[in-house]
Amino acid sequence: MLNTDISIVLPEIVLALFAMAALLFGVYTKKDKVAGPILWATSAVLAAIGIWIAMSPAGTHTAFNGAFVDDSFARFAKVTILLSAAAVLLMSADFMYRRGLLRFEYPILVALSAVGMMMMVSAGDLMALYMGLELQSLALYVVAALNRDSLKSTEAGLKYFVLGALSSGILLYGASLVYGFAGSTVFSDIIVSAEGHIPLGLLFGLTFVIMGLAFKVSAVPFHMWAPDVYEGSPTPVTAFFATAPKMAAMGLFARVVHDAFGMAVADWSQIIALLAVASMFVGSIAAIGQRNIKRLMAYSSITHMGFALMGLAAGTALGVQAMLVYMVIYVTMNIGTFAFIMSMEKDGVPVTDISALKQYSKHEPLRALALLLLMFSLAGVPPLLGFFGKFYVLKAAVDANMTWLATAGAIASVIGAFYYLRIVYYMYFGENEEETLDGTMAPTQWVFLMASAAIMLLGLVNMFGVDGYAAMAAEALVK
Amino acid sequence: MGVADFAFYIFAISAVIGGLFTVVSKNPVHSVLWLILAFLSSAGLFVLLGAEFVAMLLVIVYVGAVAVLFMFVVMMIDVDFAELRGQMAKYVPIALLIGVVLLLELSLAFGTWQVSNNAEAVRAAIAPDMAEVTNTAALGQLVYEKYIYLFQTAGLILLVAMIGAIVLTLRHRVNIKRQNVMEQMHRDPAKAMEVIDVKPGQGL
Amino acid sequence: MEDLLREYLPVLVFLGMATALGAVLILAAVILGPTNPDPEKLSAYECGFNAFDDARMKFDVRFYLVAILFIIFDLEIAFLFPWAVTFKGMTDVSFWSMMVFLAVLTIGFAYEWKKGALEWE
Repeated sequence: MLNTDISIVLPEIVLALFAMAALLFGVYTKKDKVAGPILWATSAVLAAIGIWIAMSPAGTHTAFNGAFVDDSFARFAKVTILLSAAAVLLMSADFMYRRGLLRFEYPILVALSAVGMMMMVSAGDLMALYMGLELQSLALYVVAALNRDSLKSTEAGLKYFVLGALSSGILLYGASLVYGFAGSTVFSDIIVSAEGHIPLGLLFGLTFVIMGLAFKVSAVPFHMWAPDVYEGSPTPVTAFFATAPKMAAMGLFARVVHDAFGMAVADWSQIIALLAVASMFVGSIAAIGQRNIKRLMAYSSITHMGFALMGLAAGTALGVQAMLVYMVIYVTMNIGTFAFIMSMEKDGVPVTDISALKQYSKHEPLRALALLLLMFSLAGVPPLLGFFGKFYVLKAAVDANMTWLATAGAIASVIGAFYYLRIVYYMYFGENEEETLDGTMAPTQWVFLMASAAIMLLGLVNMFGVDGYAAMAAEALVK
Repeated sequence: MGVADFAFYIFAISAVIGGLFTVVSKNPVHSVLWLILAFLSSAGLFVLLGAEFVAMLLVIVYVGAVAVLFMFVVMMIDVDFAELRGQMAKYVPIALLIGVVLLLELSLAFGTWQVSNNAEAVRAAIAPDMAEVTNTAALGQLVYEKYIYLFQTAGLILLVAMIGAIVLTLRHRVNIKRQNVMEQMHRDPAKAMEVIDVKPGQGL
Repeated sequence: MEDLLREYLPVLVFLGMATALGAVLILAAVILGPTNPDPEKLSAYECGFNAFDDARMKFDVRFYLVAILFIIFDLEIAFLFPWAVTFKGMTDVSFWSMMVFLAVLTIGFAYEWKKGALEWE
């Protein structure tokens, strides 16, 4: 019994054991001087576990009395999470080293938060959900404040922590209401507890749980923390926030609403549709006034979360599939974009003002072209991959008779295109005499920028088969 | 009204009052003391529910440790609380409005509170028979075996908290003398001391 | 349930008595004590001087580190209680589950020790 349970959670156990071994290795050898090798090793282990999970046989297994679910959906999300975490770690080494921030705890905390994220997407129980969420969040709060001598970084960590704690409180309150009604915290018990109609108490519980989750995906109106945290954290940490945790939170969101509240689709679909519309519009409009590229990316991520939530709001298997495809494309685009943002510096000092990009195409035509592709893709300009992501969620919304939602999404995407295109405009037509950015870029960052841009182009052939896997994952979740 | 009911109302009222004064009291140290009252009253409420172990944990962990930590934090940060409160006064009306709306909604939910038909059965299937074992033993039978997954995760969370606290606050100071016990114990008097015969008028 | 609560009755009585006694002592001081307020009573005595600053000053962050490390191990102990109570007739799974838990925290402890967080300097 226990042996089979352990074999099901083996990837998580291996990653946690690796993190602990690395911690001991680091502290008993030369501490921060071995941070580089630990970072590379962590990245390799994350990627290896990602591939291992991708290769593991299909099928649905549950462990620990339903607290842990290993199905295609969980595996899809885990592979995305692990590979993106590995990529972000790799490209952050150079940045962290040169700023004196490369401490050996950094990759270990990232690995432990990845364990939390894997638990989140596999949660089959309200308690397992909460423990995974806390493991993930706690490690993220720490890495947000990693640059502890910087006022902004400390502020980012504190803000993230206080608001994260508040959202956890709301989520727990909702979970307690759900437990009070159903008498069980296991999702499979909750879904059968309401026979036919949803009583008001359970609805309140559902709403509070969704509010807590919306905080984690930074959906409007629970987005206030995102711009400050994105701006204050060290750029590689921001890159990490924008990728793996977002996938994990969306995966968890889908898991909860379908596995635990699959009987109340009509109820949560309204709430999520509202979150989606608000996120898309607030994110698009508020980003227009931003000059700092990290704040801009924060609003961009809010907008993208709105689109991903639109897929979820459809409440169908197609919607979940669209959401997964959207998230994978979003994560890929963000890895490339942040690889570029990390390389933005002048005389060794990071630059975040977007006007520094003026005339960039003259100095670095290849990188400017890659960034152009990524910006067009983020804006959803056809024929790039970002367009197909948007197209998928809009189609899912239309299929679910939510044409109004799809229309709102299309309008928001037009508004949002403005600030992405402004960056492109600055690069190619901005007027600026002197060179505002140095030409340096670490090889890993260059590789990820180019690869990400190339994927935006090449992916439109068949999306590397991602939509097939996403369809399988969605089938596993929505019965 | 039995003694248990009476005790419930006393603890419930003092928990709410403690919570209220934690928020409104001017002096942050008083806030912490009110918070302790709220914790203690909640511990009383837990006892009334029959959850003795949780009640005692609340006293040990929250009153004994967390409140002390809060006290440190209040002492440690150099913030003018009077000024903060001045700014807060601006938001009181809207906060009250939200609070009242939330309260009304929740009273609506609790007014029509329903429990699922099989909730009792599901709950009873997990918990050991309370007539046979004590509260703490019942927890012991569940936490380490049935909820082993959550239990081990709790260990990982504590590990992350430990790493985090050290990463964020520990500073290694340079240029100060530290004790190295092993070195001190292995000191050899023959090497540590040296007798120098100083000739008059020459110095060292 | 009734029996359980009856066991706690002395605690409740004690709490009531303690609260009442505390209130009586404070009220007695307020009601019976003579009050002749005078600003001179609050001023510095003879050649003493007024305080330069707020008596509250910033603490070193190390106090906080010690406190939070204490809380972590406090929680570890809290988990040990139910385990100890059920030790008799415990299954192997329960036993080893606690050993793994302790091992994880011991790794944290080794890290903390080696990192020098327990040294005061």
